[in-house]
Amino acid sequence: MDSIPILKIGSALLVTIQVDMHDQLATRLQDDLTERIVQHRARGVLIDISALEIVDSFIGRMLANIANVSRLLDADTVVVGMRPEVAITLVELGLGLPGVKTALNAERGLALIGGVSAAGEAADDADDD
Amino acid sequence: MRVDEAEVEGEILAASSKDQALVRLFAQQEREILADWVSTLNLGETKMTSQEAESQGRAVLHALGKAVAHGNHGDMRSAEYADVRDVLQAFSRNRALQGFSPTETATFILSLKRGLLGQIRKAAQSEDAFDLLWRVNQLIDQLGLFTVETYQKTREELIARQSKEIEELSTPVVKLWDGIVALPLIGTLDSGRTQVVMQNLLETIVQTEAEIAIIDITGVPMVDTLTAQHLLKTVSAARLMGADCIISGIRPQIAQTIVQLGVELNVVSKATLADALALALKRTGRVVSKLRAKSLPALQEPAAEARG
Repeated sequence: MDSIPILKIGSALLVTIQVDMHDQLATRLQDDLTERIVQHRARGVLIDISALEIVDSFIGRMLANIANVSRLLDADTVVVGMRPEVAITLVELGLGLPGVKTALNAERGLALIGGVSAAGEAADDADDD
Repeated sequence: MRVDEAEVEGEILAASSKDQALVRLFAQQEREILADWVSTLNLGETKMTSQEAESQGRAVLHALGKAVAHGNHGDMRSAEYADVRDVLQAFSRNRALQGFSPTETATFILSLKRGLLGQIRKAAQSEDAFDLLWRVNQLIDQLGLFTVETYQKTREELIARQSKEIEELSTPVVKLWDGIVALPLIGTLDSGRTQVVMQNLLETIVQTEAEIAIIDITGVPMVDTLTAQHLLKTVSAARLMGADCIISGIRPQIAQTIVQLGVELNVVSKATLADALALALKRTGRVVSKLRAKSLPALQEPAAEARG
């Protein structure tokens, strides 16, 4: 059975979805990712979906599930590279993915989970006034 | 007398003898009818010259004469009247596009009555007159209705096209700074426009690699629950693309409406576009500061040169 590769870079895990997701693959990815987060004690998970052209509510829920699970395991999830059509579809499905961080591309996504601890909080404080 | 003329026009087999009176009317008195017709039109009050009226009138009469000669005067939708319909359609469309009123457009065709009836009075014998009048009336009423209908259709097409243009024009996405785009919304936000707006915004976010999108609703006349929902959809779609949204330009009345409706806008909002831009600059790590007075000559230089 095929699976989606999970790369480890520093304290982050990198997942690039480059094939059309079917439900089995999505479930498998959730299981694998959870195990790897624990195994590597990862602090961040980056999921690149720039090659994903079609999403349905199942994939949307999978992304939300992954984010919730990793939060429990003390890792931040960021979804990057979503296409405009995909974003519109998800919103129309009522899946705004609250609780999932997003970024335009992998570079910004990495910056987001790499610099969460110090820079992110500083920026949040500055916005309050 | 009628027998003689029926022999002359013997090729028209389908037409009854009474119909032929009408055929003759068109065939023989076209010039007189046209002259009567054009003189009836009160051209002083319209935007039409008499030459225009005459050439258009001639085209209509010509097509009409041919159609009547084919023998069918009852039904304007029949094949014989294709030419008449074409001429009238072109005429009516032009009128609509040039901004003539419906009355002006219809009056042009209805004035044909005067020309025709005048000729009937001269030519027809008393027992046929009523019948002929009735036929002419029916015919011209149909022509008039057809004209107005085409006019109406053209105006509707015009309106539809314009509203589409407005829809496309009023949703520009402008780049304010590196990584900051603004979406000044103008006009009512319905679901059709939301779709266009959302698509424009998301595509611009990808193109400009924007981190922050400012949605300015100064030009939105009213915000109800549906509009708010559309706004929130746009915001969350932009968030999925990795861009934060700031809503600006909420007028006092609209702010009150939103609160009274109980709508939760869980978005950062600022009163003016300037405030939103300041916040966006701060978030992207930029500072706007004032230069000292001495180092500010840039804007005054051209004036100084002019004086010197």
